[in-house]
Amino acid sequence: MANFETVMGIEVHVELSTKSKIFCGCSARFGDEANAHVCEGCAGMPGTLPTLNRRVVEYAVRAGLALNCEISRFSRFDRKSYFYPDLPASYQVTQLYHPICKNGHLDIVADGKTKRIGINRIHIEEDAGKLVHDDWDDCSLVDYNRCSVPLIEIVSEPDFRSADEVVAYLEKLKATLQYLGVSDCKMQEGSMRADINLSVRPVGSEKFGVRTEMKNMASLKSIARAIAGETRRHIDAIESGETLIQETRRWDDNKGFSFAMRNKENAKDYKYFPDPNLMPVIVEEEYIREIRASLPELPEEKKARYIREFGLPEYDADILTGSRYLVAVFERAADICKNPKEASNWVMTELLKLLNDAQMQPEDMKFSPDSLGTILNMLTEGKINRAVAKKTFAEVFESDVDPVDYVRKNGLMQVSDTGSIEPVIREVLDANRKAVSEYLAGNEKSIQFLIGQSMKALRGKGDPQVVRDLLIKGLDERKG
Amino acid sequence: MIRMTDIHEAPPEPASIGAEQIEYLEQLARIRLSGEEKERTARDLSKILDYIEMLGELDTEGVDPLSHPVTTEPVFREDKAVNDDRRDAMLRNAPEHKDGCFKVPKTVE
Ligand SMILES: [Zn+2]
Repeated sequence: MANFETVMGIEVHVELSTKSKIFCGCSARFGDEANAHVCEGCAGMPGTLPTLNRRVVEYAVRAGLALNCEISRFSRFDRKSYFYPDLPASYQVTQLYHPICKNGHLDIVADGKTKRIGINRIHIEEDAGKLVHDDWDDCSLVDYNRCSVPLIEIVSEPDFRSADEVVAYLEKLKATLQYLGVSDCKMQEGSMRADINLSVRPVGSEKFGVRTEMKNMASLKSIARAIAGETRRHIDAIESGETLIQETRRWDDNKGFSFAMRNKENAKDYKYFPDPNLMPVIVEEEYIREIRASLPELPEEKKARYIREFGLPEYDADILTGSRYLVAVFERAADICKNPKEASNWVMTELLKLLNDAQMQPEDMKFSPDSLGTILNMLTEGKINRAVAKKTFAEVFESDVDPVDYVRKNGLMQVSDTGSIEPVIREVLDANRKAVSEYLAGNEKSIQFLIGQSMKALRGKGDPQVVRDLLIKGLDERKG
Repeated sequence: MIRMTDIHEAPPEPASIGAEQIEYLEQLARIRLSGEEKERTARDLSKILDYIEMLGELDTEGVDPLSHPVTTEPVFREDKAVNDDRRDAMLRNAPEHKDGCFKVPKTVE
């Protein structure tokens, strides 16, 4: 059997986080009632005229600069015609001939190696509406809330050779766009969508194989599965001498197989032409300079700084900077408690665990950014012990309680004065004679059990060090 | 979806539109024409193309394609959501609606 190589390029559609749509004053907010944000303009009625949202250009240029692109001083809008109910105007406004950004790149780390992925172009376009099929009534129902929400499409070069590279690229792209504040990049909500162009060729061959495009992957995991499944399909076809057709296919994650899409994508004759209603976009050097100056510190630079300034391990710095939402919690906590290592440890262990248990993404966190720092300060000042700190943080994560209030209302302040702890220790020693005699017989481990019993009697609030010291003192007294 | 390989100006169509092309355009536009309408449309489109063909007589060597006869400063909107929820008014423009949505013939990808 010949060895095969998979060659892939990715098209990523990202909805921009603008307040309003690209050409009208309708809200671009996600999740509202169907058709609550529709006007004559975005419903494609004759006689309406589009006016470009200034922020769309700004966000596209921001993304382009962060992805090392050339920014076109002149770009222009074209109409892509197709007749489908998700597009009421029967054309989509996009930028075919003169995209706003070209020739960029993004460096990724996959399989332990750094690799530069070429970005062919970034162009601005509008999103389409959403169709729901009503089998009962044998009809389709259309919601135009997403119609005309601004998008950028980021088109890579065919530089990918493995699913790991694709996933690393998408993660890096997502982190970068989130840092820039141009998109929330939520794959589950469709604000970030990736289409994979894939072909297979024998290793060593220069010629590309027949390319298929895959759509409809709702998560990074399903993208990885789709790549594996489609690669297998291509290799099977090549080995059994079947002909592959260049076409668009829909990945079915449940069936683990891709299916050719029927009409919308495979009857392509879009009759592109320049949109007469939209003037070309001219950006001045000065404007580009201003936007460049306003770019935030991006993941790469931030990671290097965390290692250099805070002495964080590379692995931790990598995870932390992988999401601007983790960064926000970490930096605020580090700033409040003046101990970046401790703050990092809490994010890396407690926060990631809470996120994982709740099956949540960092962007879904809701708690006040000051809370972790406040908890760490209470911990350092000895007002609470570590167990209470963890419990309080879990409560903050769950329901955004004020940590100081929470500790006070639930009486969780650490008890460290000898006067309150000593009587408890005496009771514990009296009640656990077996453990006491084991300890006195030389089994030092049984002190752990006694510490546990004492902490339980103190309802978890005892200062562990004081408890330990007083236990040892009490045990020494009983040596006889 | 756009690929660099798609980026070329559309090839010139023959000036005379035949039955085959009318059927292709029917499919693209999702309309159905009667036999008489097909003939009339073919005739009209051919006439329009002939008329436009006049431009071919000009020497356009070295002239950049023009997309807008007048280029003015681009007019921008500020990013503000100013429109109210006018769902019911918008749905009244549709031939049919259901559950707050525009109702269309069943369309599957
Ligand atoms: Zn609108």
